[in-house]
Amino acid sequence: MSRKHLFGSGLSRRVTLISIFALFSGIGCSKPAPSGGTAPSASGAAPQAAPSDGSLTVGFIYVGPKDDYGYNQAHAEGAKSLSTVSGLKIREEENVPETVAVQKTMESMINLDGAKVLFPTSFGYFDPHILKMAEKYPAVTFFHCGGLYTEGKHPKNVGSYFGYIDEAQYVSGVVAGLTTKSNKLGFVAAKPIPQVLRNINAYTLGARSVNPKVTLSVIFTGDWALPVKEAEAANSLIDQGADVLTAHVDSPKVIMETAERRNVFCTGYHASQATLAPKGYLTGAEWNWEKVYKDYIEKVKGGTPWAHLVRGGFKEGYIKMSAYGPAVSADAKAKADDAKAKLTAGALVIYKGPLKDNTGKEIFAAGVEKVQTDIGLEQMNYLVEGVKGSLN
Amino acid sequence: MATASPIVPAGTAESELGAPRGWVAHRLGARLDDALVPLAAFAVSALLFGIFVAIAGKNPLDVYAEMYRGAFGTWFSFQNTLLRAAPLMLTGLCTALPARLGLIVIGGEGALVIGGTAAAWAGLHFQGSGPYTVLIAMALTAMVTGGLWIGAAGALRALRGVNETISSLLLAYVGIALMNHLVEGPLKDPASLNKPSTMHIGEANMLGPLPGLDVHYGLLYGVIACIGCWVLMEHTTFGFSARIVGGNPRAARLSGLGVPKLVIITCAIAGAAAGLAGMVEVAAVHGKANASLVAGYGYTGILVAFLARHNALMIIPVALLLGGISASGGLLQRAFDLPDATVNVLQGILFLVILASDAYRGKIQLLRRKLVPATGGAA
Repeated sequence: MSRKHLFGSGLSRRVTLISIFALFSGIGCSKPAPSGGTAPSASGAAPQAAPSDGSLTVGFIYVGPKDDYGYNQAHAEGAKSLSTVSGLKIREEENVPETVAVQKTMESMINLDGAKVLFPTSFGYFDPHILKMAEKYPAVTFFHCGGLYTEGKHPKNVGSYFGYIDEAQYVSGVVAGLTTKSNKLGFVAAKPIPQVLRNINAYTLGARSVNPKVTLSVIFTGDWALPVKEAEAANSLIDQGADVLTAHVDSPKVIMETAERRNVFCTGYHASQATLAPKGYLTGAEWNWEKVYKDYIEKVKGGTPWAHLVRGGFKEGYIKMSAYGPAVSADAKAKADDAKAKLTAGALVIYKGPLKDNTGKEIFAAGVEKVQTDIGLEQMNYLVEGVKGSLN
Repeated sequence: MATASPIVPAGTAESELGAPRGWVAHRLGARLDDALVPLAAFAVSALLFGIFVAIAGKNPLDVYAEMYRGAFGTWFSFQNTLLRAAPLMLTGLCTALPARLGLIVIGGEGALVIGGTAAAWAGLHFQGSGPYTVLIAMALTAMVTGGLWIGAAGALRALRGVNETISSLLLAYVGIALMNHLVEGPLKDPASLNKPSTMHIGEANMLGPLPGLDVHYGLLYGVIACIGCWVLMEHTTFGFSARIVGGNPRAARLSGLGVPKLVIITCAIAGAAAGLAGMVEVAAVHGKANASLVAGYGYTGILVAFLARHNALMIIPVALLLGGISASGGLLQRAFDLPDATVNVLQGILFLVILASDAYRGKIQLLRRKLVPATGGAA
């Protein structure tokens, strides 16, 4: 008996195949094939076991493509900067999901490549994956991006780092507030979690610090990489009158492209998206992982102790701004540079009273100042006055 | 090919195969056909992928050697392959079983995610009752939830005529959205700030590794489920009835089979398999439900089912093959600097070539001569 009947009639077979192709092409859109241009490792050579020449093998693991113009590219650029460090072998793997797959990738890098230091960069890799591998391989050092290390609870061979990138979003907000003509800004966000809310609020506070008439509309897409929804959200924000867009999703690529096509401005996030929007790109909040990685590698190589938990903003050099685009006025540049200088010097506090949320409820009374390191900010669950949107 | 089953009602073999005298020759031809066509398809895929790799500037033989090393070459690699194959066996069943009824269900991802979420809820509910109670409760809850999920797509098909391909795919998006809602709302662990998750079910309640292996019990679940479903579909009257519906729903209805019932039950079993895969992800890997459940196992399961030609037993080796391909994918990136999409290209080539090779089934002249002339091929 044949199994041709599985497809039923010719018509339903066609419908089925079309839907299957639509499904796979949809997956394809979200994960563009990387060019491979960012890989610093030597190609062609088969992986070696632990090298005996005293060189150090370092593994980098990314949750998405390493040329995504976003979160993963920011880390891949950091990894690439290490190629100048002598005696270092770098191994990279991209599109590794937050499942046993990442555990096996870590083990594979340790067992087959001889890696001694691993940088599994996705936030969701930490618990349980890194914790499990760190216990199994105490001689290997694991550095995770997210600042989740707890002294006494987590293995000693784990470090965690993160940056106060809301400082950079504040500066971007200053530029956006002075560039907008409609006084309406748009923000495409993934999930209403504290990290994202800090960026939305800092951006809004930055914009309103120079232009109190500004309002910001936010749309939550619900997940980190949903290019189709992100494009829809961007279009919808522009239709509502927003003329500067920004984002907090894994790859802001499609949002920047949509903004450019619709002739509005945009500010970037994670990495520089200037090449995607040569006319409308104003500036952007970028990570500077090069600094963090070089610090860690130097200490590991030198055998000096490293901190289990490091965090930093402009002052520590963990974040940076994209170069200003052609549409930024001299006044906006001056005010943004001033805000950046003050943040670097610690003279400007982003979250301070009097501050109300967007329902009119008081968050901080006059005189209250919450500096970056304040643990209370990590629990953020509100949108500040001037933001149009809701967390539910 | 279960027509040789003793449970099959007498007379079926004759009506299906024509003259009884041609039986042995026909079976032989069909078996050869079954083995040679997929093997040839596999060889063609390997050739095409080799060309692709050569265009990318690498030596295909080196790449194949490295892939073998990454998938099966060392004990570590082989366990890596087994671990990756485990969920694919269960999600493969989610597409393969309804396919025997002529239905194309592609929403296994939703059943996995919603099953995993339900399992986490059950695990937390029974947390204090000892590991066995917890795990059994989790498995049953996940299977019932996953079963209801795909069963709903089956019911829509059987009772309202809604296309099951579209409805199951849309239900997958609903399932993922529901999971996100639950882990960000009612089931949220308040301490999971930036990665909303349910509470942890407790280390003591986790599903451990198989004895002597670094592979969790999900592999055993997958193998048992595949064998069980194979027996069900190939060696029981239920399975035989299901295959009649797949062959000709109208004839099945005329011969008195309860077609809607068969469709709904088969879809529910399929969903239960995917739900169980979600339970394993929670109980053996994550310890809690969160967005990491959405890892694409459900979609790769579609590929597994089609490559196994919807034979539950064939799902086991096919899942191992695809598990091996994904296990070696990392090494390809690291050793050859090939993009991650390389293994997707290989999977895509395999999928298309094997589907296309179906057209050659029973049409190869050499094998055809052995067939009974009256049957007109294997149809």
